[in-house]
Formats: sequence, structure tokens, C-alpha cells
Amino acid sequence: IDKIFKDDAMEEKGERARMASFIGAMAVADLVKSTLGPKGMDKILQSTGRGHSVTVTNDGATILKSLHIDNPAAKVLVDISKVQDDEVGDGTTSVVVLAGELLREAEKLVASKIHPMTIIAGYRMAAECARDALLKRVIDNKENPEKFRSDLLKIAMTTLCSKILSQDKEHFAEMAVDAVFRLKGSTNLEAIQIIKKPGGSLRDSFLDEGFILDKKIGLGQPKRIENAKILVANTAMDTDKVKIYGARVRVDSMTKVAEIEGAEKEKMKDKVNKILAHGINCFVNRQLIYNFPEELFADAGVLAIEHADFEGIERLGLVTGGEIASTFDNPESVKLGHCKLIEEIMIGEDKLIHFSGVEMGQACSIVLRGASHHVLDEAERSLHDALCVLSQTVNDSRVLLGGGWPEMVMAKEVDELARKTAGKKSHAIEAFSRALVAIPTTISDNAGLDSAELVAQLRAEHHNEGCNAGIDVISGAVGDMEERGIYEAFKVKQAVLLSATEAAEMILRVDEIITCAPRRREDRM
Amino acid sequence: MALAFDEYGRPFIILREQDQKTRLRGIDAQKANIAAGKAVARILRSSLGPKGMDKMLQGPDGDVTITNDGATILEQMDVDNQIAKLMVELSRSQDYEIGDGTTGVVVMAGALLEQAERQLDRGIHPIRIAEGYEMASRVAVEHLERISQKFEFDINNFEPLVQTCMTTLSSKIVNRCKRSLAEIAVKAVLAVADLERRDVNLDLIKVEGKVGGKLEDTELIYGILVDKDMSHPQMPKRIEDAHIAILTCPFEPPKPKTKHKVDIDTVEKFELLRKQEQQYFDEMVKKCKDVGATLVICQWGFDDEANHLLMHRNLPAVRWVGGVELELIAIATGGRIVPRFQELTTEKLGKAGLVREKSFGTTKERMLYIEHCANSRAVTIFIRGGNKMMIEETKRSIHDALCVARNLIRNKSIVYGGGAAEIACSLAVDAAADKYPGVEQYAIRAFAEALDSVPMALAENSGLQPIETLSAVKSQQIKENIPFYGIDCNDVGTNDMRDQNVFETLIGKQQQILLATQVVKMILKIDDVISNAEY
Repeated sequence: IDKIFKDDAMEEKGERARMASFIGAMAVADLVKSTLGPKGMDKILQSTGRGHSVTVTNDGATILKSLHIDNPAAKVLVDISKVQDDEVGDGTTSVVVLAGELLREAEKLVASKIHPMTIIAGYRMAAECARDALLKRVIDNKENPEKFRSDLLKIAMTTLCSKILSQDKEHFAEMAVDAVFRLKGSTNLEAIQIIKKPGGSLRDSFLDEGFILDKKIGLGQPKRIENAKILVANTAMDTDKVKIYGARVRVDSMTKVAEIEGAEKEKMKDKVNKILAHGINCFVNRQLIYNFPEELFADAGVLAIEHADFEGIERLGLVTGGEIASTFDNPESVKLGHCKLIEEIMIGEDKLIHFSGVEMGQACSIVLRGASHHVLDEAERSLHDALCVLSQTVNDSRVLLGGGWPEMVMAKEVDELARKTAGKKSHAIEAFSRALVAIPTTISDNAGLDSAELVAQLRAEHHNEGCNAGIDVISGAVGDMEERGIYEAFKVKQAVLLSATEAAEMILRVDEIITCAPRRREDRM
Repeated sequence: MALAFDEYGRPFIILREQDQKTRLRGIDAQKANIAAGKAVARILRSSLGPKGMDKMLQGPDGDVTITNDGATILEQMDVDNQIAKLMVELSRSQDYEIGDGTTGVVVMAGALLEQAERQLDRGIHPIRIAEGYEMASRVAVEHLERISQKFEFDINNFEPLVQTCMTTLSSKIVNRCKRSLAEIAVKAVLAVADLERRDVNLDLIKVEGKVGGKLEDTELIYGILVDKDMSHPQMPKRIEDAHIAILTCPFEPPKPKTKHKVDIDTVEKFELLRKQEQQYFDEMVKKCKDVGATLVICQWGFDDEANHLLMHRNLPAVRWVGGVELELIAIATGGRIVPRFQELTTEKLGKAGLVREKSFGTTKERMLYIEHCANSRAVTIFIRGGNKMMIEETKRSIHDALCVARNLIRNKSIVYGGGAAEIACSLAVDAAADKYPGVEQYAIRAFAEALDSVPMALAENSGLQPIETLSAVKSQQIKENIPFYGIDCNDVGTNDMRDQNVFETLIGKQQQILLATQVVKMILKIDDVISNAEY
């Protein structure tokens, strides 16, 4: 018969389609599997673009984002990892590994003639049960600020211990927790600025209690201002263009040109005077400041900083409590920013401007130091993960133990559900619990431990009510997670569980893959 | 024959470049067309019903869609065959007209084509088959009318509506929380419905999706959600009792449409122009403030200076709001869209009880909620979900549910689902067949047989024995003379669709049968396919 699709289009049906998506999804999961856990390995990613830039990372989302994938099912997994990154920031590897394991188990079930819909029904029941099991065991220390802080610290350390920063995790955990507390509950991480300066060691990184702007102070202007009054602005400080449409300058003689130029200068001067009338001694502008106004500012002894990027301006507004201004006609009503001291500092070879003693302090800067750009990039990603998790935890303060503990708790409950459930669904529920156990197994495998032994021990331990056992990768044995201080955020675990199940379900439901013909690029000669 | 001879015996060409064309004629053409139509129907067949499977479609640019909505599958499939395109059109028109049953209509058409092929083999002329189908479809539609039931609900008791929407949603991936989604859909439709005129304008329901969170977080907002944030980072994030000025003019100096030039040749003019310019901004902001606006929503951008002036005068503003959203805001808040600052008056301001900005996740994404509007006739369904594909699929499912609720408000008649209506029709058509003298009788019987294929596919997809189940249900319907027995897809244990609460709208079902018959008739009437060879 005639074919109904265009040339190059492909259609895969039934078993073949299912196999293609299982294989694709599992391949992706296996790819990132070895990065899971505190002893997970890194990957080198080399871009095909110009320069063949190299990234070294063990962040699941970053790895998957850089892959060029053709398999549609694999794309689903990449997508969930990306969403996990956007939503909670951490657990990007776990979510893919769990989804992969769920599909691996599903494949076995399908092979033993269980209909995918039955598997889905079972998985759903299991996921619901697993979530309830977690909810029963959460710890919430919101009322007790001191304990809450120590919870956060532990979460940060748990997150960081799988990353490049694990050597100095206490240091960085402190830093991240301090930074997040500055935000006062907002989840806008843009207010935390991370400045990367190569040189020194990771240990030299610090959280500044003030604010650092990566800019230079204009020539001939004071290098140090105490009790600064800051005007944060977003205005053009080159020649102010006439914005009325169609306006243009048409003159008939040279003298006129000079006159107009004079007028222009006068205008600029006016503007500068108006700005100065605010009684400021520091002026930060988002746009360029040309030489002429810069000179005027220098004459008035005002520190003028040009070309601060947009986020920089917003952050500065946040820390100093100033208003971002664009017109300067009513100096009395513009809110100025204040800080105790502005000075130029040196980090490595670069000069930066440091604002200290700020009023509001809702934004802050973290300066990362490290041996190379690769290290710094990876450190930034790790720190970002930690910050994301912390900022989410500040809002949803429920925490869990880590180190495979939540998976074992869920697996136990799910197993019990399987025993109670009648019908074919119970196979799927059992499979779900096996998939959950695969995570502690992978963690110990990656650490070079005897996973079969450890997981069996863990399972036995978990048979006792209220047990806190998890895998302690450092000592290579089963240990009490509460004592070791390994905590994870509930929100992360819940998101991992739910999106992995959702993705597995989505892929399982597919019984046909239709690949359209790739769009032809027009040959332009 | 592409070559003919005129009266002098000279050949002339009717079809140009004959050898470059492929041509199918007569019975071969019909066979080929039927085969193509069947192929399309076969793809969709496994997606039918609550246990139907999904299809994964990879678009030309590598984007992935996972869905079991018939219209979407066919749309994304990018078919090349002409007849297959007809089937795509078929499902699309069902989608436009009814919004639901897009898979069923294609499966139905496929079954009709399959039966037609068998009749063709018997040597029945295609036109006779087409006519038989036409008669049969009339019988079926009338019978549907007869077995349909009125369905009572009102604004306070919308439970029956929710039940119907749940039937629609149960075949989608979102059936995990079909209850809450169905409620959301029904509430949304009721909020915008005009029960007097029995009309629902679905344009007033905005469906917005954002990746993240979980499906359970999906919510109905009695108001508008705009994917924008305040133009100045330091503007207030929460405004109570807002008076909204809805503007379609930019906060910029005016740009007259006629070509003009303003020449600056003296210093005085330069100064003057400068003053003028400042005045413009000042006046604009003042104008807004004077009429009592506490929030400005603008379709265009603002100048930095204007932005600061707004901020300075404590007048929060939102910029670059799309045209459609602007209209919705105007409807919801009862405001007027104002194209010029001069025309801004207090009456033209929209009112909303609460406007707030909400941020999501770890990224800097914010959305603006406009709630407690003066006229709550515009609502937003805000979908959350684990990934992009999930959101898209939820959007499609919600759309189906909304359409079903709308159809029920328009016409309260329902028929029972789960194949019950099809089986009942099949019985009626079969009985009617014997009354027709002539060859059409066979075509009518074939139609009845084709009707059976829908419950058959349902049973097959649910993992039941299709023939056994169908015959059991059929005999039950005849024995008890009750047209409510269908296929028990969810393994509940009863075949009575009244107990299972599985309904479909009458017009939806009627439309399915009519549309499918029409397309099949069209395909049967084609006896010559001329297609250009590939170039």
C-alpha cells in the first residue's frame, strides 16, 4: 500500500516502540548513574562549538543539557532533570536514575506479559504510598531557629559533599546558609551574586557581609568614602538624545554647531548638577558615563560608577535600600541608598568596589577563588545547587535524613503495600520498591563498596521501627544518619519521587513512536 | 485516457506530461484510498478509551510530544498521503465542533472504510455503498436521539457535569487527579457560562501552564494570570483594590503617523524641545494618576525615564502585555482599553480586588495574578506539572473537558459511553436494514458492523476478549431492552454505564457518526487519483 508519511519519517509500533524508549531512557540513566552520591565521578563535556570548550561537572542537569539526544524517550528524562533543576535545584541526577530504574523494572514486567496500564496503576499506588511514608517521617524544626539553622547546615553539607567542594564543605555550607538567611525567605537567587576570581584556593572563598561590585572606580575620584550616600540610577549619561520622534539637528553654519554643542554640554551639566543636588557622594549608573560627566563628578568629589549590569543595579538597590532613579527633578523625594564605607579592594589581580555596612543587606556577594576556570565553574554550580535547596527549604522547612535512608523507608512501606494488594498490580508495586532500593545500591557501588552486602544490612536494620540507618560512604558501613548529620530536604525528595514516576508513566504509556521527517534546510547558495 | 484524437485524427494531450504522473483508476483507486484511510485509523485505534495508549511524536525540529488526543496525534504526524490528510481534517473538524471524541471519529471512519472494502469485493457499486451508509447514519442519529436522556444540573448542583468531565479525562494521562481537574473545568465553564442563552464563550477561559510543582497544584483562578512582572523591580508586589488603566499607547513621546521632521537649528529650539519632552512624560504619568489609577497595564514598553517617574509617583506598571491578555484583563476588570492618554477617564478604569506578583521555583520567574475582578466572567486555569510534555498534554485534556462541559450546557442530552451508544445504534441499524429493498441493504448492515468496531476496540485496549465481550453485552442489551450496557473498561464489575457514570454528549456522538459517514462517502466517490511524480 501507499505510505502515508513523508519520506524519511519513521514509525515504530508496539513492542519495538516500547523497546526503543526503554533502551533510550535507560541509556541516559546509566550515563549519569556513575555521578550519583558522595563518591560519584565527574564527566568531561567537550562542546562542538568553536574553541571546543571543556566543562568538568557531576551535576546531572548540566550533563544532560549538553547532550545531543535523538531518542524521544531520552528527551523526556532530560526534560525532567531540567525541571528538577529549575524547581528545587538539586536531585537532578537522582530523578533520572530513579526514572531509569523504574523503566528497567517495567521492562521486566512487560516481558512477563503484564500490561503497561497495570504497571502504571501499580506505580501510582506505590508512589502515593511512598510519599505518605516520607510524610510520616519528616522532621520539622521551623519553630526552633537554632536547630533549623543546624538542619540547613547539614543539608548544605550533604548537597555539597557529592561535589567538588566536598573538601571544604563546612566552610561552604556556612557560607551558603548565611547567604540564604540574608534573603529573608525570598527565593530569588539573583540577589546572591557569585563572583569568580581565579587564583588562591577554594578555601579562600568568602561570603562578603557587604556587597561587591565588579567595577572600577573612575579616574581621579575618591577611592574611599565613608558614610556614603548612594544614588542608584538607570539613565543615559552620554549625550542625552532628544526622544521626540523625527527630531534632527540641521544647521547652516559652523558657529551654530558649536552653539548646539554648547547647549548639549550645558544640558549634561544641568543633569549632573541635578544629580549632585541629591547630596550624594556616590553615583552608580547602569549605562555608560562619558568622560565629560565623569570629570564633573570627579570635580565634585563624587564617586561615579558606570556600566553596572542590570542585576548589579537591582542588587545594589536591594542592599543599600536606594531607589533606582531615572529622573532627577525632585531630589527631596528620591530614596537614597546608604552604606558605611565604600572602598576599592583587590582580589587576586583585580580591583573591585566593596560596599560595607549596608542598611538592608537583602543581597550579598560570594567570592569564589580557585585554581582554574573549570574548578570555579563547577564550584559555582555546586554552590548554586546548595543555595537552591536551602532557599527552598527555608520556605518548606521539612527535612529528611539522607544517605539512602528515605529510599529504604519508602521501599519498606511500598513492599508492605505490595503484600496487601491483590491482583497483578502487586508485581508493579514490588518492582517500584526494587527501583527505590537501586538508589542506595548505586550510591554504594559508586563508592566502591559491596552494595549487595550493605543494602541487605540496611534492609534488615530498617525492619526495626524508627531506625535511622543509611549508608555511610566515608566509613563504608551502615550507620546512623542522624548522628552523622546527613540530612536532605523533603521538597527535593518529593519532587524526585513524583517527577520520576510521572516520567516513567509517560514513557510506559507510549505504544507507538512517529518520527517526522526532519525539516529540510533550504539550500541557500 | 490521457490521449485523445480530434476529428482529423491528430492526437492531442489532455493530461500534460503523462509519464511523470502516477495515476490510479477505478477500483484500484478506491482500494488504495481505503488502505490509506485504514492505516491512519489503525494508528489511532490503540489510543481509544480509558486504557488507551499514548503516542510519542517527534516533530521535524526534534521536539517531542506525548499524547493520546486523536486530533493532536494526526496534526503532528505530518502525513503526506492525500486521503490520510482527509482523515486528519476529519478529526480536526470534530475538534473544532465538539472538542472531544477526536479519536473515536477516526476509528469509526476507519471501520466504515474497512466494511466498504468488503462490499466492494462483493461487487457493489461504491455509490450504492455510500447511499446505504447515508441512510444508516440517519437511522443511527435518530436512534441516538431516542435513547438519549435529559441530564439535569444547575449552578448549585454541578455534580453530574463533573462526572461527565471525569469520563473525558479518564482516558488521559492526567486521570490520576481527574476529580480535581474535572471540578476545575466545570467551575471554569460555569463561571463564564451564560445560562440564560445557553452559551459559553471558551475564549474567556485562559489556560496557562508553568513547568514545575505537581499536577495537584493546578488551580482555578477567578481572574487573570499574566506572565509578566512589574516594570520596575522596586514597585510594590501587592496592590489591593486596584484601579487599572489599560493602555495601548506607549509611555513615549508621540510618534505621528505622517512623516515629519523637527529641525533643530538654534540653541533655543533645542532647549524648547528638551523641555517639551520632559513635559510629555510628566503629563502622561500625571494623567494616569489624576484619574485615580493605581496600576497601569500597557501593551508597549516604557522609557527608562517614564518608568522611574511611575515608580516615583508610586504608580506600579506592567509593560509588554500581549493583546489577547489585555482584552481579557479588560473584560475581567470591566475596564476599557484606552488607546490615547487624552481619553483616559475614571470610568474607563478596570477594577480588581487584588493584584499580586508571585515568584516560582529557583529561577527568576514571576507572574502577576489579577484577582477578585469586578466582572469575574474571565477565569484562568493555571496548570503545574512535572515537565513540559505533561503540561502540554494536560492543556489538551483540560480543553477537552471544557468542551464537554460547554456542550452539555448548550444541549443537556446525553448518551451513555463505554460503547453502549454504539452497540444500541448498531442494533437499531441492523434492524432497519431489512426494511430497505435493494443493494443498499448490505451497505446498511455493513454500517451496523462498523459501529461495533468502536466497543470492540475499547474491549481490546482494556485487555478483554473483544468478540466475547461484545457479543455478551449485545445480547444483554437485546434481552433487557436497555441501551445502557457497555464495555466495562475499568474492570469495575458491572456493564451498566449508568452505575459507572460514563456519559458522553448527544451532539458529540451524533457529530461523530455524521462526520465519519461524510468523509467515507467522499472517499468512496473518488475513482481516479492523479498525483504528480516526485520532482
